[in-house]
Amino acid sequence: MADNVYDAIVIGSGISGGWAAKELTQKGLKTIMLERGRNVEHVKDYVSATKHPWEFPHRGGRTQQMIEEYPVLSRDYPLNEKNLDFWVNEQESPYVEVKRFDWYRGYQVGGRSLTWGRQSYRHGDLDFEANLREGIAVDWPIRYKDIAPWYSYVEQWAGISGNRDGLDVLPDGDFLPPIPMNVVEKDLAARVKAHYNGARQFIHSRVANISVPHQGRVNCQFQNQCWLGCNFGAYFSTQSSTLPAAVATGNLTLRPFSIVTQILYDKDTKRAKGVEVLDAETNQTYEYFAKVIFVCASAFNSTWILMNSATDIWDGGLGSSSGELGHNAMDHHFRCGAGGRVEGYEDKYYYGRRPAGLYIPRFRNVGNDKRDYVRGFGYQGAASRGRWSGEIAELSIGGEWKDAMCEPGDWSVGFTAFGEILPYHENRISLDRNVKDKWGLPVLAMDMEIKENELKMRKDMIEDCQEMLEVAGVKDVYTFDSGYGFGQGIHEMGTARMGRDPKTSVLNGNNQVWDATNVFVTDGACMTSASCVNPSLTYMALTARAADFAVKELKKGNL
Amino acid sequence: MNRREALARVAWIMGGAVVGANLFLEGCTRKAVNGVEGLFEPDMVDFLGNIADTILPPTSTPGAKEAGVGEFIPVMVRDCYTEEDQKVFLDGLNELDRAANEKLGRKFQELSAGERTELLIGVDKEAKTYQAAKTEEDPNHYFHLFKQLTLLGYFTSELGATKALRYVQVPGKYDGDYPYKKGDKAWAI
Repeated sequence: MADNVYDAIVIGSGISGGWAAKELTQKGLKTIMLERGRNVEHVKDYVSATKHPWEFPHRGGRTQQMIEEYPVLSRDYPLNEKNLDFWVNEQESPYVEVKRFDWYRGYQVGGRSLTWGRQSYRHGDLDFEANLREGIAVDWPIRYKDIAPWYSYVEQWAGISGNRDGLDVLPDGDFLPPIPMNVVEKDLAARVKAHYNGARQFIHSRVANISVPHQGRVNCQFQNQCWLGCNFGAYFSTQSSTLPAAVATGNLTLRPFSIVTQILYDKDTKRAKGVEVLDAETNQTYEYFAKVIFVCASAFNSTWILMNSATDIWDGGLGSSSGELGHNAMDHHFRCGAGGRVEGYEDKYYYGRRPAGLYIPRFRNVGNDKRDYVRGFGYQGAASRGRWSGEIAELSIGGEWKDAMCEPGDWSVGFTAFGEILPYHENRISLDRNVKDKWGLPVLAMDMEIKENELKMRKDMIEDCQEMLEVAGVKDVYTFDSGYGFGQGIHEMGTARMGRDPKTSVLNGNNQVWDATNVFVTDGACMTSASCVNPSLTYMALTARAADFAVKELKKGNL
Repeated sequence: MNRREALARVAWIMGGAVVGANLFLEGCTRKAVNGVEGLFEPDMVDFLGNIADTILPPTSTPGAKEAGVGEFIPVMVRDCYTEEDQKVFLDGLNELDRAANEKLGRKFQELSAGERTELLIGVDKEAKTYQAAKTEEDPNHYFHLFKQLTLLGYFTSELGATKALRYVQVPGKYDGDYPYKKGDKAWAI
């Protein structure tokens, strides 16, 4: 075999790319995984993971220079001194905001699997049937029964800690024991469950942090600093989980600094034959060839690659024949909710820092509940006991004040809502060929916004939370709405949606590009609707399912 | 039309802003307000340490000065402050000496620990009243900044985190029903 010929090419090394590489190599395919950024080696390159707070000159904060160099990251929490090396260099990779769009990118081996929030929930038929039921966008080409075994498959490997709650609205998974609730959360959960007869519940969040040793990995040590990389490999990332499995097969070649500029399309066979790669360090161009290509470059960059491919056949690029490529962009809107003070429990505290907390599954527009908007939202939150805030004291300098500040204060609880965004055709990304990145490549222009359905939903996201906290006996309940900028959810979805008809969708029910069936797009780009739950577990399941299908098709000679 | 203007124009035509483009072309040109570098002089570090130590003095646990807050503050003012807050901070140091002279007839550094405390209690009240009344656009009160930096620097310092608070880098387990009795220290993180 020539050194640029493989059985499979995987573009991207994040959550989806890592899964594609693992599945394809374990099924015997010689696979090259192309990553546009630098390599990040497990443990060795987690440069901040063992540092104490005082070892950071700005104690983890942000400098004015960082704010200038990272104008997007600085719009929200991700900009910090501790893991700056896991975020894209914004000066090298600009994009155009037709409307405000916050794009938090991780261009390195592992992608955002290193920094993700790790909340892992299954979509159910409430989600898969929603578009059809409501006449919105197009129907998903799959149902829960099609993906359920693949959820189990990826959960069993990745390790998801959670409780089997038996709820219709949120399917249970194959879980490791949950990360425990603390004593206050247990009591609040019991009160809410009793009041709403189980229609609203505070449950354990379901997270990709392993609560017990799993697949050769060490269980969570409760440092809660996952975003620095975990030396114990206790949360799912490419580096901790899928990459070592792929490497162990002997079938994987990993090539960092490899920007895929286009998929090479053969119009005679109507298949892709390979990809063109620009080496990010040397600016040299290379070609790689394979029978199947998995596009897992993160939602919008996967679509960027398609848009930049086969433009001699289709102006809009590979997969654009339906007119839907680049359209129907989604995220989750959030940054609103409520919180308050919990009285009592002065003799209770906790030991250890959890990477998890509470989750409130969707309850709106479920069963007989009908609102003046469609879809729904869930909440993530926790109860905790902070340090005493000295600001309320009359005298607030000096020794007595200092000693009081070294003790814990009241318990408090807070939740942030995560709401579904509908797949609006006009919410879109496009190529802007007038603006170029460091490598002279055209950049994406972002043009999307939330609309009336989401704005109506936000009212409930706030008021329902307030009500539940009051029901739970929480005092001094406050609400908040910090505003939402599209993209801030860091759950970019859509722009190459799955569907049942090549005239209205980019991908079929097996994530194949209708216009080139040996090209599979299995990351967030493929999503037909967004649900309100965190999406990454679904990308894992769809990727494993598509890889299984691809290899079977190869064996049948269909690809 | 240079490249920057061209990019800006394209962005305007497209109805959008080009994120990062200006810096991509120009690099970072940030300058600190004059006088910030002087905060690193030994006598200034001592001055800042004494202010911090008046806010968080030694008790059964180390004070802010011993915890290195005098060294920490200049780094934060230089690197993390906006020019506006840098100016407020630097002017505040002079203002503090002026207030010391007015009330007690000497500069802050020449006061006893008790006199410093007396002075800062007054300044703290003034700062609280000011912060409560100010609009978002108004500058911060200098003592509000001093105090913020002192608290941040102390509780994230090695002595603050490990002596004044409890710090366990790798807890290894989670217990959500852990006993607490009055006087037990809070977790550092």
